[in-house]
Amino acid sequence: MEKTAIKIDHVYKEYRLGAIGGGTLRGDLQSWMARIRGKEDPNSKIGTDASMHNGDRFLALDDVSFSVKQGEAVGIIGHNGAGKSTLLKLRSRVTAPTKGTISYNGRIASMLEVGTGFHPELTGRENVYMNGAILGMTKAEIDKKFDQIVEFAEMEEFIDTPVKRYSSGMYVKLAFSVAAHLDSEIMVMDEVLAVGDMKFQQKCLGRMGDAANSEGRTVLYVSHNMNTIRQLCTRCIVLDHGHLIFDGETEKAIEIYMDRSRDLSCKKSYVDYVRPSWLTRDEVRIISAEYVQKGNCTFNKTERIRIKFEVVYQKKVDNLGLRFEILNAVDTPVATSITMLPLNVSDETQTFEIEYSIENLVEGEYKSFYTFFCKNEFGNNRDVDNVPGLQIVVDDNDTRDHIDWKSTHWGNVRLPAGVLLEENDV
Amino acid sequence: MEEKFQTTIVPKTGWFDLKLKEVFAYRDLIFLFVKRNFVSKYKQTILGPAWAVIQPLLTTVVFTLVFGNIAGLAPDGVPSFVFYLSGTILWTYFSNCLTTTANTFVANSATMGKVYFPRLVMPISTVISELISLAIQYAFLLIFMAYYLITEDSLAPNWFVLMTPLLVIQLALLSLGCGIIISALTTKYRDLAMLVGFGTQLWMYASPIAYDMFSMGAFAIGGKWHTLYMCNPVTSIVNVFRYGYLGIGTIEWNYYFIGWVTTLVFLFLGIILFSRVEKTFMDTV
Repeated sequence: MEKTAIKIDHVYKEYRLGAIGGGTLRGDLQSWMARIRGKEDPNSKIGTDASMHNGDRFLALDDVSFSVKQGEAVGIIGHNGAGKSTLLKLRSRVTAPTKGTISYNGRIASMLEVGTGFHPELTGRENVYMNGAILGMTKAEIDKKFDQIVEFAEMEEFIDTPVKRYSSGMYVKLAFSVAAHLDSEIMVMDEVLAVGDMKFQQKCLGRMGDAANSEGRTVLYVSHNMNTIRQLCTRCIVLDHGHLIFDGETEKAIEIYMDRSRDLSCKKSYVDYVRPSWLTRDEVRIISAEYVQKGNCTFNKTERIRIKFEVVYQKKVDNLGLRFEILNAVDTPVATSITMLPLNVSDETQTFEIEYSIENLVEGEYKSFYTFFCKNEFGNNRDVDNVPGLQIVVDDNDTRDHIDWKSTHWGNVRLPAGVLLEENDV
Repeated sequence: MEEKFQTTIVPKTGWFDLKLKEVFAYRDLIFLFVKRNFVSKYKQTILGPAWAVIQPLLTTVVFTLVFGNIAGLAPDGVPSFVFYLSGTILWTYFSNCLTTTANTFVANSATMGKVYFPRLVMPISTVISELISLAIQYAFLLIFMAYYLITEDSLAPNWFVLMTPLLVIQLALLSLGCGIIISALTTKYRDLAMLVGFGTQLWMYASPIAYDMFSMGAFAIGGKWHTLYMCNPVTSIVNVFRYGYLGIGTIEWNYYFIGWVTTLVFLFLGIILFSRVEKTFMDTV
């Protein structure tokens, strides 16, 4: 049975928002007084997004659990603020979790930042010893590995120069080299390779791969560079706003990570949506939009899109219409469908459904906008409401003609095929 | 399936989970920090470690001139230069240790924020590296004493000089204790750090460094502030030291033992506070 190297068990990490107590006793007393009198804390600074911020607290990690087997190379990916670095910090015991436990076997070499513990006045040689000792090696161990470290870092010439004279690349190389040669069972790396040149990056990845595959060491690696993740990791963990949202195969994880910016829901509510400032009229407000009888937003070309709208008509408008605007992935408008609507002024929410045909759109992902407008007798129109709509993914399993559609050159609309006229038709 | 792990990180541990064993396991790191502190302190100076002597020497000269000659606060019968030198080197050691350890978390947050090692390693290595300067200064004191022993017959060193190591250890532990208490309290409020410099200066005047306490009415034995004055553990240490090397003053053993108790209490409190704070100080520092 493979041994578990790291086990992270229902870990939470809570941070307080804003400068902590303003940094002075006075600030803390103020906050304390305000709390007692039930008033708003005068020292809290942020806290608008109520879904994530609970009072002046912020959960950087929210119930994260996973375990890593010995010899596994696990990548951790996620957007900025997803909690990756917090996880590694807890992992390296820089700070303690608020709740939950982390257990592990063996020593950890963590590189949360390049050149940790490098003292600028000391020479490379002295710093190798310093850094090794900080990472938990004894002097005898460093003695044994010293030549290897220097050779790996390609630093033979400069090893007796104070590190304050080093270039940033030299700094990283030496620091990485020390950490890589530490006989630790676990290596924790946070985006440290960004500074080295391509050649050195490849060397480092190779070294980490070796560590995991042939030496049976466990590697935890955080990066935004998907290529290095692909190269090194056999398994990936995706974090999003402190939650663990995926744990498994690397390619799948990268896909999920890339997709986090897309919202593939099939219902949207606009109750809290702040309208753009250019929109001055408020006769009509759309409440929600939803794909009817559909669990996702992937449509076959031949399928019809049915959208159910919930709308409030607050005042009378003449000649009301709805524009269904379709944009491609790079935000270029592709097509628009216009539907004129009957109108009943009422305070109550009304619903109606509209069906659209998308048979001319080629395969791909589209964004949409729903715009209510009114038209005067000269054909000029003014927008009354405008909201970003649901996403549309067009899936073309039409194998009629096997054409690889190049939308960057050919656009997103495929018009019906031309009709080749027979000579005797002319 | 229950698995055994070598290390477990949990949110909070008991008050007395001090992990002193772990500190011992990191002794190599302690000595490297000592070396680093000492080497980096005198890098790019021409005089190098000679500065360890020059500073207390200049202080002693000033004290001798101002407090000894002008104010007449030095005791009669011994050369006032040696009197002030003996006090100054002890005090320099104490105050340097105190101010540096008090700053542990703030000054080393860059390193500590990125990698784990028992945080207590830092203040311990500070106290040890200051010992090197103390040793140099001590050698200097011996040279001056030898000079005065040969030229005039006013000094009376006795067997109590053998207590020197004990006195230095007590001084080290006391400064470590006070320093880490302050460092633990300053992770959140920096106000206290502002006070440290000023506070040590006040403390110096509350110790018999710049004057002879036995000729200061209120502080002398039988004086109305005597008991309060003797509660300061530094006073007893300096008195024993001067009694041993110069043969002046009196040793009050009861106060000396109280001083040890105070020292150990401070140290114990300090270690407890320190280990409470060290786990999460990165979030507040």
